[in-house]
Amino acid sequence: MKRRVVLSLLLAASVAQAAPELKSGVFSPARVAPGIAQKAADGSDFRLSRLRGKVVVLEFGFTHCQAICPASLSLLTQARQKLGAHADRLQVVFISVDPERDTPARLKTYLAQFDKSFIGLTGTPEQMAAIRKDYGISATKVPTGPDSYQVGHSSYLYFIDRKGMLRALMPFGRPADEIVHDVNLLWAEQ
Amino acid sequence: MRVKKRIGIALAVAAIMAPLAWAALAPLHARSAHAREHLFEIPQGTWERRMKGDKTSILPERVVLTLGVRDVLLLRNRDTVPQIFGPVLIMPAQDFRLPFAQAGEHPFDCTAHASGTMTVVVEEAPTAGLARLRWRLHHLFKT
Repeated sequence: MKRRVVLSLLLAASVAQAAPELKSGVFSPARVAPGIAQKAADGSDFRLSRLRGKVVVLEFGFTHCQAICPASLSLLTQARQKLGAHADRLQVVFISVDPERDTPARLKTYLAQFDKSFIGLTGTPEQMAAIRKDYGISATKVPTGPDSYQVGHSSYLYFIDRKGMLRALMPFGRPADEIVHDVNLLWAEQ
Repeated sequence: MRVKKRIGIALAVAAIMAPLAWAALAPLHARSAHAREHLFEIPQGTWERRMKGDKTSILPERVVLTLGVRDVLLLRNRDTVPQIFGPVLIMPAQDFRLPFAQAGEHPFDCTAHASGTMTVVVEEAPTAGLARLRWRLHHLFKT
C-alpha cells in the first residue's frame, strides 16, 4: 500500500515537472482581466466578458504606427493561420492608443487588412485612457513634425484565458509559433 | 625517489587541472526550472518610502541574466500598492515571471526604483573554454 502511494506521488511529481510552461511572462496568482465595455469599430457593443470561452489577446496600438503595431498584427495573423481549424480559439482585440486619429471606420479598414476577425476598439480619449489605466499602460505622444506624431506605448501582447483571467504578457517580436503555443496551452486548461 | 617525486607533481597538477578543465568544458545548464529564476522582491513599504522622498535603491538598476542558465526574471510585489515594471502592472502579493529568449539590453520603467528604470542585460551562454571557465569562477565567488 505504502509503495503504491509513493509510486503515485512520484508519478504525479514527474507529470507536474514535465508540464509545459507558457512562453510568455506569467502572473501568479492571475487576476481577473479588467472589464472593457466599449463600442467596437464595426459599430457593435463590445464586452470583454462576452469572450469567455476563448483565449483573448489584447494588443494596444494605433493605425499610424509604422513598425511595431503592423509587425505584431502580422504575427497574430500568422498565429491564427497556424492554428488552422482551431483559429477560433484565439480572439484578437486591438485597442487604440490614438483615438483622436483612429476613427471607427479607419480602424475597421486597417484591421481587415490583417484578419477580418480582429476586433478594434476606439472611443473618446477619456474612455481609452481609462482602459489603459486598468491595464497599467502608458501612451505618450511623440511629435515627429509640425502636424504629425507617433505614440509611444506598450508593445506587449496581453493574454486572457478562457475564464477571463489576465494570465500572461508576451514581449514584442516573439515568433507566431510561440503565440500558438501559449494559445493552445491556455485553451487546454480546464 | 626522483620518479616518486615526479609522480607526486603530476598528480598535484592533475588535481588542479581536472576541475578547471571540467569548469571550462562541461556544458552549462540549470538544475531545474526554478534555478533559472532570478528573484527580486519589492518589499512592503517601498511606495511609502518613495513618497517620503527616500531615494535609496531597493533593487539593482542593472541585472545580468544568462540565456539557458539563469534567464527568467521573477518579480515579487510584497508592497501594499501595485507596482509598474515596464508594461506590467504587478498587483500586491502577485508575482510576475518573465522569461527571456534573446540576448540584449532590455530597459524597463519601474516604479520600485529610485531612478525609475531598471535594465535587464541578457547575455548569451558562454562558449566552452576560457569564457565558460571565467563565467563559472565569477558566479562561484558571487554566490
